[in-house]
Amino acid sequence: MSAGIPPASAPGPQPAGRRELPILTTTAAAPTCGARLVHDFTPDLIDVGAHHLCPGCGEPIAMRSMVEQVQELDQVAKAIAVFGIGCYTAYSNNLDIEVLQALHGRAPSLATGVKRCRPDTLVFTVQGDGDMVNEGLQEVLHTAARGESVTCFMLNNGVFGETGGHMTATTVLGQRTKNTLGGRDAAEHGYPIRLADLIAQLDGAAYVARGAVDDIVNITRTARMIKNAFRTQLRGEGFSFVEILTMCPTGWFVDTAAAPEYLATTHAATHTLGVLKDRRTSA
Amino acid sequence: MKTTGPRPPVLPGSAAIGEAMIAAGCRFFAGYPMTPFTEVLEHMAARLPEVGGVCVNAESELEAVGMAWGAAATGTPAATGSTGQGLSLMQESLAEIVYARLPLVVLNMARAQGDYFQATRGGGHGDYRHLVLAPCDVREAVELTQYAFHLAEFWRSPVLVMGDYYLAHTHVSVDVRPRDFGPLPARDWALDGSTGGTGAAKLVSPLSDRKQRHAGDRTDASYDLAEFYTRHGGAMERMVAETEPRAETGFLADAEVVVVAYGTPALYVRQAVRDLREQGLRVGYVRPITLVPFPSEIVRAAASGARVVAVYENSGGQMVDDVRLAVLGAAPVRFIGRLSLDSSGFGIAPDLEVGAMRRRIEAAFGPAGDASAWTPQAHGRSAGGARRAADPR
Ligand SMILES: Cc1ncc(C[n+]2csc(CCOP(=O)(O)OP(=O)(O)O)c2C)c(N)n1
Ligand code: SF4
Ligand SMILES: [Mg+2]
Repeated sequence: MSAGIPPASAPGPQPAGRRELPILTTTAAAPTCGARLVHDFTPDLIDVGAHHLCPGCGEPIAMRSMVEQVQELDQVAKAIAVFGIGCYTAYSNNLDIEVLQALHGRAPSLATGVKRCRPDTLVFTVQGDGDMVNEGLQEVLHTAARGESVTCFMLNNGVFGETGGHMTATTVLGQRTKNTLGGRDAAEHGYPIRLADLIAQLDGAAYVARGAVDDIVNITRTARMIKNAFRTQLRGEGFSFVEILTMCPTGWFVDTAAAPEYLATTHAATHTLGVLKDRRTSA
Repeated sequence: MKTTGPRPPVLPGSAAIGEAMIAAGCRFFAGYPMTPFTEVLEHMAARLPEVGGVCVNAESELEAVGMAWGAAATGTPAATGSTGQGLSLMQESLAEIVYARLPLVVLNMARAQGDYFQATRGGGHGDYRHLVLAPCDVREAVELTQYAFHLAEFWRSPVLVMGDYYLAHTHVSVDVRPRDFGPLPARDWALDGSTGGTGAAKLVSPLSDRKQRHAGDRTDASYDLAEFYTRHGGAMERMVAETEPRAETGFLADAEVVVVAYGTPALYVRQAVRDLREQGLRVGYVRPITLVPFPSEIVRAAASGARVVAVYENSGGQMVDDVRLAVLGAAPVRFIGRLSLDSSGFGIAPDLEVGAMRRRIEAAFGPAGDASAWTPQAHGRSAGGARRAADPR
């Protein structure tokens, strides 16, 4: 999208402190810019612009990036997304690609069944940290170890966002959640699991990366990781995995505007960003 | 089915069930070893690749049912299964697969008959039902396994087939050729990716069967579970109401005592009833073949002229509840079974012996209320083989 929405009027700068409505200047001249639907700003593959996710949430950014990469790789009519259960589940009935909804934690096995029966499809899971690391850790580990030709995405915000901000297995030390009010304490709550690091150890995993959506640089890098993960699958080179750190201002109890900074200084300090493994024969 | 030509092959029940699945079109199977389900898994692992199918040795029953769920979503006839405990692990998924409206055949190669509640009530969550079939021998297992694939596909629902150690290990000559149960609806719901980008990409979900943009006027970004569950509940009710309840019956016309039993133990009940008839006892039997829907009408009709309805199960008594609900007080219902296991617990039951079964059935002729006080001797009958006092509990 090249230009933003043009202002409806040009009332000029208002004196500080005044809160009156601007007086619209109407002219008979043709508009300088054609009318646009909100839909124009929604990625093609997201059906309905409206969603119930919080302002400042990182998950829609990650979701958008996934579907854009599906489109860029020309896999729209071949893709099957398998969704876990978390806030991102809002998108499972909202995409114009085929979707299979799984139970909490179980998406990698469903993806396995799909891919084994339809080897020509591009199969990926969309799961959260609660879904993938807490509820279904063995699912993703076994799927990776099997070298299953699927891609798993983990939206890691370090909380159960959906239930209202509770500790997950990736919550970083010191992080306050609804059930670690004094901050996650290793002595009481144990240590966070760095899932991408764990998966990178498995021989079946061909491509493993950890990105984030806290700023434009990371969003761009993450988009590339997503594309590389899909390419790994399309070339039949093994299991591919991208963990994406996402903002959850609501579950972190921080201001919306402060969430990206919180992600960078807190979460990314434990869950280090970068490509952890790239065994692709041709990059 | 009439067979012509050479005798059908002699197979162990596990292989016969496997061949029946393949004959019914099954091309995906996933499982985790547990006796006596293991034997079926071994057969599928060897045979499915030969017919272009896939068998995955899942890392647990959780993965097994998940993989089968994914396979089913692509329209591939799929099956999984286990033995009691493994089925327990699968319950969350089975409940959701019912809601996702996917065909799936699930085997419970059970140990004894303590899984009746698990099978018919379900250990899973929510307001769900699925069909349950209970063969009594290998030939019927071959028939019902194929029928299960038909029903699963017809109703787009999981169908559970109950088996056991006897079914898995009995060797019989059995015709495993495909059966035809009639036409099936198109699999237009199945995922293959191709509807992406059309504005109507498919959704297979236990939360909804349509995407937002197709939910009428609503452009709201959420699921309407109340609407979906209600509509889906109606489809489930229809499935249970319109599937023909099946039962085998024998000697009911003048039966004073009607014995109800299902699965392998019903074979022993049937023979014991025949023996007792020869001795002049007015006894008959009902063998439910569909456990869901339960053949309540057949049981009720059988009970209408009976003095006692006796239920044998190799468990502490579970189906007896359904018999009571079917009989609705028309006759007293007496439980004459008990849990009978070998030391391994695999399910070779000392009580599965015709003489023992005869004694249990004879006990049901005793005075109501205190069956245990009754013995063939005290009752003045020369019960064949009554070497010890009957022990109905
Ligand atoms: C078996 C089961 N247990 C618990 C829940 C409740 N639940 C729904 S979403 C969720 C947490 C989701 O966390 P995550 O995957 O990190 O996603 P987020 O909401 O943070 O995006 C939980 C615990 C559930 N749906 N199923
Ligand atoms: S709770 Fe967190 S993850 Fe969920 S929508 Fe809100 S910001 Fe996003
Ligand atoms: Mg989360």
